[in-house]
Amino acid sequence: MSTWFKFWKKPENTAQVAKDRLQMIVSRERTACGVGAPGFLPALQQELLQVIAKYERVDLDHVQVSIDRRGEAEVLELSVMLPESGNKETTRTSLRSSILYA
Amino acid sequence: MAKVIVVTSGKGGVGKTTTTASLAAGFAQQGFKTVAIDFDVGLRNLDLIMGVERRVVYDLVNVVKQEATLRQAMIRDKRLENLFVLPASQTRDKDALDVQGVGRVIDELRDLNFDYVLCDSPAGIEKGAQLAMYYADEAIVVTNPEVSSVRDSDRVLGLLDAKTRKAELGVAMKSHLLVTRYSAERAARGEMLKVEDILELLGIPFLGVIPESKAVLHNSNQGTPVILDPNSDAAQAYVDAIKRFLGEDQPHRFISAEKRGFFSRLFSPSNVYAG
Repeated sequence: MSTWFKFWKKPENTAQVAKDRLQMIVSRERTACGVGAPGFLPALQQELLQVIAKYERVDLDHVQVSIDRRGEAEVLELSVMLPESGNKETTRTSLRSSILYA
Repeated sequence: MAKVIVVTSGKGGVGKTTTTASLAAGFAQQGFKTVAIDFDVGLRNLDLIMGVERRVVYDLVNVVKQEATLRQAMIRDKRLENLFVLPASQTRDKDALDVQGVGRVIDELRDLNFDYVLCDSPAGIEKGAQLAMYYADEAIVVTNPEVSSVRDSDRVLGLLDAKTRKAELGVAMKSHLLVTRYSAERAARGEMLKVEDILELLGIPFLGVIPESKAVLHNSNQGTPVILDPNSDAAQAYVDAIKRFLGEDQPHRFISAEKRGFFSRLFSPSNVYAG
């Protein structure tokens, strides 16, 4: 029966997965590669980490700084993943803040 | 005034050489004096795709090193009198080309009244690819509907905006997107990135799609640019792309799937992927 079922089963929409993954990686690489991006992002990321480290234990991988283009505006996005306090298991909360940049 | 076009992609195997051969032949068919230059030093293939491999005597490196003249190295196509090929070197080291030397060749081609100079870039983003794009006036970025190809194309677009003479002069590079090996049916079923998605991600003007086609292999086997097989879908798509490049308003084809009946779907080999 299962073989017959396959003919009617809708194929999984992997194209959407591909698109989502690409949007993520392409925007990250555009800022990382510095083409058309301001050069202060790595320094900003480092300084943010220092400030946050005063209050919480986080590492560099959990502080993301990126610039996205949404229509006409550029959006500076800061994302800090905080470890859940007093919990060894790393369920993390994410603080997200978006600042309209220009 | 010659227009220098680089055909580039980052990722290998997406159809740069096939595209260079067909676009060059297409421009020549339209009456433009055209030369296709193979920049893939060490792995030359444009000569094979264009069917001139047995006539190669001198190559691009010989000309750059002034061991041969441009006229000696260029091979005139036997089918189209406006079409020339400048093959890459097969054996020499990769540092054989330099910016000044390539610049001299391009200047000389301008003096010889070529209308179009097509530079077939090697894969990658290293020196060879950067040399192929350095003197370009416009770029054609060849992309497959695969995540790896789209990502690499984005990196190449960054290079085009940073590592070319135009970029150094502060002028924006005009880049066009050509999506090859596209299957409208698979995209409609959600198995393949849609053209719209790729366009949205890369954000450059759209030249068209080249459908996945048996004609491409059939013609490359024989050393014929696929555009010279006029009844094939790929040839028609390349002709459309050239017309769009020349500014003609050409409706897009091969983008939307035909509605297919129950039985043709049931017996289609693509059902393999449906489960």
